[in-house]
Amino acid sequence: MTDVDRRNFLKKCALGAALGVAGGTGGAGIIKAAVSDEGRSGGTAAGGKRWAMVIDLKKCRSREGCTDCREACNVTHNVPDFDNPKDEVKWIWKESFEHVFHDETHARLNDHLKHSPVPVLCNHCDNPSCVQVCPTQATWKRKSDGLVMMDWHRCIGCRYCMVACPYGSRSFNWRDPRPHIKKIDPRFPTRKLGVVEKCTFCESRLAKGLKPACVEACKEKAMVFGDLEDTESEVREVLAKNFTIRRRPGLGTQPQVYYIV
Amino acid sequence: MKLFNGGPIFFGLIVFLVLASLPFWYNAAFGTSTTRPELELPDKKVHPNCVAATEYMRNSHMELLNEWRDAVVREGERTHVAPDGKKYEMSLTITCLNCHTSKKNFCDRCHDYLGVHPYCWDCHVVPEGD
Repeated sequence: MTDVDRRNFLKKCALGAALGVAGGTGGAGIIKAAVSDEGRSGGTAAGGKRWAMVIDLKKCRSREGCTDCREACNVTHNVPDFDNPKDEVKWIWKESFEHVFHDETHARLNDHLKHSPVPVLCNHCDNPSCVQVCPTQATWKRKSDGLVMMDWHRCIGCRYCMVACPYGSRSFNWRDPRPHIKKIDPRFPTRKLGVVEKCTFCESRLAKGLKPACVEACKEKAMVFGDLEDTESEVREVLAKNFTIRRRPGLGTQPQVYYIV
Repeated sequence: MKLFNGGPIFFGLIVFLVLASLPFWYNAAFGTSTTRPELELPDKKVHPNCVAATEYMRNSHMELLNEWRDAVVREGERTHVAPDGKKYEMSLTITCLNCHTSKKNFCDRCHDYLGVHPYCWDCHVVPEGD
């Protein structure tokens, strides 16, 4: 070992470091490419659909205390009822106007608006923050129709997505949900302890050509669902005729649930 | 060459061999022979064909189910075409359990025998009364 002098040793160290840096940047390039392949952000593929929903709060308000949309959703998707806000699992639910549209609320807002409940659900954002943080790609944005999908097989329950979602649209199963489901529909899976869940815009119903369960259940026809890419669609018509707002647009998530106030 | 303490060494080796091979002797003396699990198969007249060949299903049903899972959840592809050209919905609960109506008498018998515990049923729902 005596023939390794100081000069040669330093040369070899430098060469090793240079190779290491080159390998590192190459690796990062591969990771970046893999991430962009999965469609983590941006719009939908050309020629695809873009599902969206418009909720008419005037119509929704006309039926006080109505929970038809929530009940239909819960029954369709085996959503548990823990009867306890700490463990609650929510896909679609009602929140006060002040909470939903915090930035639009002011002291002189008329009372019936201020206290009227607003149905809220996953906004299926164009630029979903939940998707960007998911370490297993258990949640991802489907390019063909813009849905923010959930793969419960892959979810490891880290809850990053719950932190990232600015709308509180995601719920965690802190307890085994099965004993808390009133009547289990065997056609749809339940979830298990330690998994995050949220509204899927009734992806499995859409595949069969049906509308989401909440839209179908609403007797006031307060919810309109359709494809934004289709110029003839009802959502496009409703959006063209009415002034609509979205939740927290300043965050840049581009939510796709629109509200007629 | 002289072996020191030969007696205790050989005695120790014999004790070790007897202990190490004890499960085999025990099984030969008192063991019961295991029997192949008997599966409850669907009526051939009503359901003549499966979604794939029986041999393939026996060995690789778990791979097929994984493929179905990825196709449905990740790709939105829901139709499986069987070798005979028949189309099926890719669904464990709707398609598989339509013929193999009892999880207890079909899935579980083999899985219990082999000591495997797939977690399909943590979420997918077993029909009532099974």
